[in-house]
Amino acid sequence: MTDQIEQLSCQELVELVTDYLEGALPDEERVRLERHLETCDGCRDYVEQMRTTISLTGEARPAALTPEVEEALLASFRDWKAT
Amino acid sequence: MEHVATVDDAQLVEALRRGDERVFEQLTREYSASLLRVAQIYVASRAVAEEVVQETWIGVLNGLERFESRSTLKTWIFRILTNIAKTRAQREGRTLPFSALERPGTVPEPAVEPERFLPPEHDRWPGHWSSRPEPWPEERLVAAETRGVLERAIEELPPAQRAVISLRDLEGWSSAETCNALGLTETNQRVLLHRARSKVRQALEDYLSEAP
Repeated sequence: MTDQIEQLSCQELVELVTDYLEGALPDEERVRLERHLETCDGCRDYVEQMRTTISLTGEARPAALTPEVEEALLASFRDWKAT
Repeated sequence: MEHVATVDDAQLVEALRRGDERVFEQLTREYSASLLRVAQIYVASRAVAEEVVQETWIGVLNGLERFESRSTLKTWIFRILTNIAKTRAQREGRTLPFSALERPGTVPEPAVEPERFLPPEHDRWPGHWSSRPEPWPEERLVAAETRGVLERAIEELPPAQRAVISLRDLEGWSSAETCNALGLTETNQRVLLHRARSKVRQALEDYLSEAP
């Protein structure tokens, strides 16, 4: 097998990024992917952008309940407690 | 992998049984946003999802006596939610999103548009970037507008993808916990997560490559 055949294309790599970041790639695949990253700026930036996306999402504020719903919840709690 | 209830869980349940309102408030604050996201997989509107979350908390209170420490409190609460949401969806005549949860990979959805790569018949670099991603400007990442773009991109995701990215990346749950709460296999969870993250990345790239 030549090196050419083992090479991963960038288009294939972008579909493996989540499996890679999740540690779900088999060793051989992971090595192939990391070898690609060593020589490809575009893919390195792509993976970096995925990491940034993940950490920015971690800082986002989740959509919370409205104050009305929170009030209603507390009211049901008090009802429940009273029974 | 199912975790068993922790000492903390036992204490929380005990406090609820005693009628400790502060513990109830703390729990509802902690979980309601995630419960809403998961409810929205099953029911169409935000308003109905809110009702499902309310019913869930009432179900939790009424079921406290039956809570056993074989599962975590969190898993138990989400199981109650899922049951209520499914019943509600059936009552509304909605088809349950089995395909979205059980066969998420059926319709291909490329992470990046194929036009961004050289064609497969290219003689030297098939599948290589033709329009590569450029590094993002640090200073714009912290801007409130960028956060807004990210939050809108998450809102616009299909419900199952939105629920997975919310639990994993927004709430910081493990994949095991997420699979448990949504009744997903690890593989399907990764497919949904991959699609969700890829779309949010794309939305950020579209926004950040415009002139500021």
